[in-house]
Amino acid sequence: MRRRVVQSLSRAWWAGLGAVGLPRERWDALPVTRRRAVKAGLWVAIFLVLVALFGVWKISALAVGAVIFVLLAPAWDRLTIRGWRIGKWFAPAAVIAIVAAYPYYVNSMPEVPLFGPFPQLSTLVVMTIFTMMALGLNFVVGYAGLLDLGYVAFYAMGAYMAGWFASSQFSKQHLNIGAIGLYPGATGFHFSIWLVLPMAGIATAVVGVLIGLPTLRLRGDYLAIVTLGFGEILPQIARNGDNLFGTGFNLTNGTGGITPIDGPGFGNWLGHHLHLPANFLTAGDLDSVFLWTGIVLVLITVFCSARLRDSRLGRAWIAIREDEVAAAAMGVPLMRTKTWAYATGAFFGGVAGAYYASYKSGAFPDDFFFQISVFILAMVILGGMGNIWGVIFGACFLTYLDREGLSNIGTQINNSFGTNLDVPKYEFGIFGIIIVVVMLFRPEGLIPSSRRAAELHEGVHDEPLYDAEIA
Amino acid sequence: MATNVSAHAPLRAKRSASSYVLPTAAALLLGLLLLWLGVNFVKGPAYFFTISFIGLTNGAVYALVALGYTLVYGILELINFAHGDLFMLGGMISATMLITVFGLKAHSSTGALVVALLGSLAVAMVACGLINASIEFVAYRPLRGAPRLAPLITAVGMSFILQNVAIAWKGPSYIAIPNVLPTGNVFSIAGVVYTWEKLIVIIVTLPVLFALLWLVLRTRQGKAMRATAQDRDAAAMMGINVNRTISFTFLIAGGLAGAAGLLYALYFGQVRYDTGFSLGLIAFTAAVLGGIGNLPGAVLGAVSIGFIQAYNDGLTWHAPGSDWTQSIVFAILILILVFRPEGLLGERTPEGA
Repeated sequence: MRRRVVQSLSRAWWAGLGAVGLPRERWDALPVTRRRAVKAGLWVAIFLVLVALFGVWKISALAVGAVIFVLLAPAWDRLTIRGWRIGKWFAPAAVIAIVAAYPYYVNSMPEVPLFGPFPQLSTLVVMTIFTMMALGLNFVVGYAGLLDLGYVAFYAMGAYMAGWFASSQFSKQHLNIGAIGLYPGATGFHFSIWLVLPMAGIATAVVGVLIGLPTLRLRGDYLAIVTLGFGEILPQIARNGDNLFGTGFNLTNGTGGITPIDGPGFGNWLGHHLHLPANFLTAGDLDSVFLWTGIVLVLITVFCSARLRDSRLGRAWIAIREDEVAAAAMGVPLMRTKTWAYATGAFFGGVAGAYYASYKSGAFPDDFFFQISVFILAMVILGGMGNIWGVIFGACFLTYLDREGLSNIGTQINNSFGTNLDVPKYEFGIFGIIIVVVMLFRPEGLIPSSRRAAELHEGVHDEPLYDAEIA
Repeated sequence: MATNVSAHAPLRAKRSASSYVLPTAAALLLGLLLLWLGVNFVKGPAYFFTISFIGLTNGAVYALVALGYTLVYGILELINFAHGDLFMLGGMISATMLITVFGLKAHSSTGALVVALLGSLAVAMVACGLINASIEFVAYRPLRGAPRLAPLITAVGMSFILQNVAIAWKGPSYIAIPNVLPTGNVFSIAGVVYTWEKLIVIIVTLPVLFALLWLVLRTRQGKAMRATAQDRDAAAMMGINVNRTISFTFLIAGGLAGAAGLLYALYFGQVRYDTGFSLGLIAFTAAVLGGIGNLPGAVLGAVSIGFIQAYNDGLTWHAPGSDWTQSIVFAILILILVFRPEGLLGERTPEGA
């Protein structure tokens, strides 16, 4: 059905072009490079016309067009220099460069039709954080094929780790390990955020293992519900933890949350000699340094994702995802492998949570709702389960929609049609529709991993195997 | 199933070592629970009974929702995540019917009340049943052959969509339902109070439960449902229209959710878009506690959870209080799933759950 529609569309397209003297034969006869250039030029032209007609034109639109053209027109991925295939690094390097330089040109961008202005810097920071979380969830859902509906628990755990070890929460303690920018005589644990990030990751991974050990032998759908349960219990502990079990011990400061949390920084000496910001929170361009740090963290996550996926462990995950019985028969230890997936996913969730807490300078129990778990799950599903590029795209796009896109789109719609819709109110309904539509029509996501796509279309042996009887 | 046997065989030996630990721990936990209940009982017997009646009433509402989970799980092995939100929609539909259509106010006459109740019940049940059947048709049926997690993920998506439908329809704040039920006491003996509103919840619930049992156990359609739940392929070979049977099951489950929605709206007096999410999870826990796929089990589990919740929220001596209700319910869910996935009444299947 879909293929027939596409075919007839393409036939109509070529018939139209033939009518104006551009028959298909002439196009096919062109060299590949020229065809790529024409296609790229066409897209850029469409973009520019749309911006000029429906957006807000700025001269920088031409620069954006030029960058898109340069990126799309030559076949960069085929680039080889002295036998080194550096071409495959071109696209990632270009993306990193463009994102890293974003603070320098964000204020001179044109406005795109429908979506409105380009996202603000703070949105980009949050994008990097949610990209980390989505990549973390991708270990569990994408690689190992275990549905985790309580990922927000790991995020909360990371955030509260930052709250405990980089704020004045425990006011009876005095411990300062490399923290930056404290007022003299600050009480509580104050570890440097660079120390807190791995600590949060490890603590969260331990929690992940503790949650995983009893539950991972459950069948997939039961596992999803149990993770959901943990995802509700941990935030409830955070909410009620200001007087834990009537002992008067204030663990989490209850609904007030823990705030303020220290910012990262490199200290005066390093800051002075290496021109790194001494303290992010007092740096002039706060969001930029958080963005650059976030990019580095995402790069580390991507590196771990890619290397782990291709490792022995990663292949074991994929084997379990595709056929648990066959994997077990080939000697893959099910429990251990699944637990590792859980721990790895939890680790990155914890790091992202701690970083987010440091960026927001607070950990509040109201941030940790089931909706966030599904929000992150929607990122993974939309982009493409198991595909790093897809997950990054999904995370960035949905975070953008969440923070700015929906209200921008709503404003644009209301202005053009004179309606009075409150689009952000329907945010989670829109995410629900995204999930349902993607699962029904393109379960492999927008940027699929070919292996996952084959699985979802051809089906796999999906019956679970229990490697241990209960107790 | 041969793989299961071989995987289990070497572990049987290990089991004997740890087999004392778990029953002992369970017995200890149960003993502590009984002790706690006993002390509370001694401290205020009348109050304890009053609280128990609240628990029974909660349990009746939970039972209707839990049966929906259990019916659907029994036939499709799908956790219908959107079921709780369907129940919430049922509550909103009933609220609209009661207030706007029948124009009920506090202290309406008994005749008007009965008519309005029956009318709202019918409308809510039919509407929710149809919504549930169409959800199955749109979101779950195309994924029948897909990996098991795919329909669960769409169910999560559907749950969000239903919540947003409610937001779009009624807004994000609580809608209040006036206290239309008679509030007097049925009896008040030695401080034990039983009010009419609680009795009415039971009066509506019991016939619905018996009708369901009759439907599943005595009718041809019920036989088809049971056959489909046992083995879909074999049922199809015996000439059962499997798709229609599944649709019918969703219709029934939706109807139960609608009835539960009406009772909830009447008894608790307020509904909000996220009411269904939390209550749905409680009801799912109840279904698992009783043994998912098992109809009497769902009722038993729901009543147990109702009691547990009422005691936790209401008792005075060392009760964790309503701040922890959600955590306690989930802890029960996790413990049951991990240690006794077949539930209280369920039979142990080769699949282990």
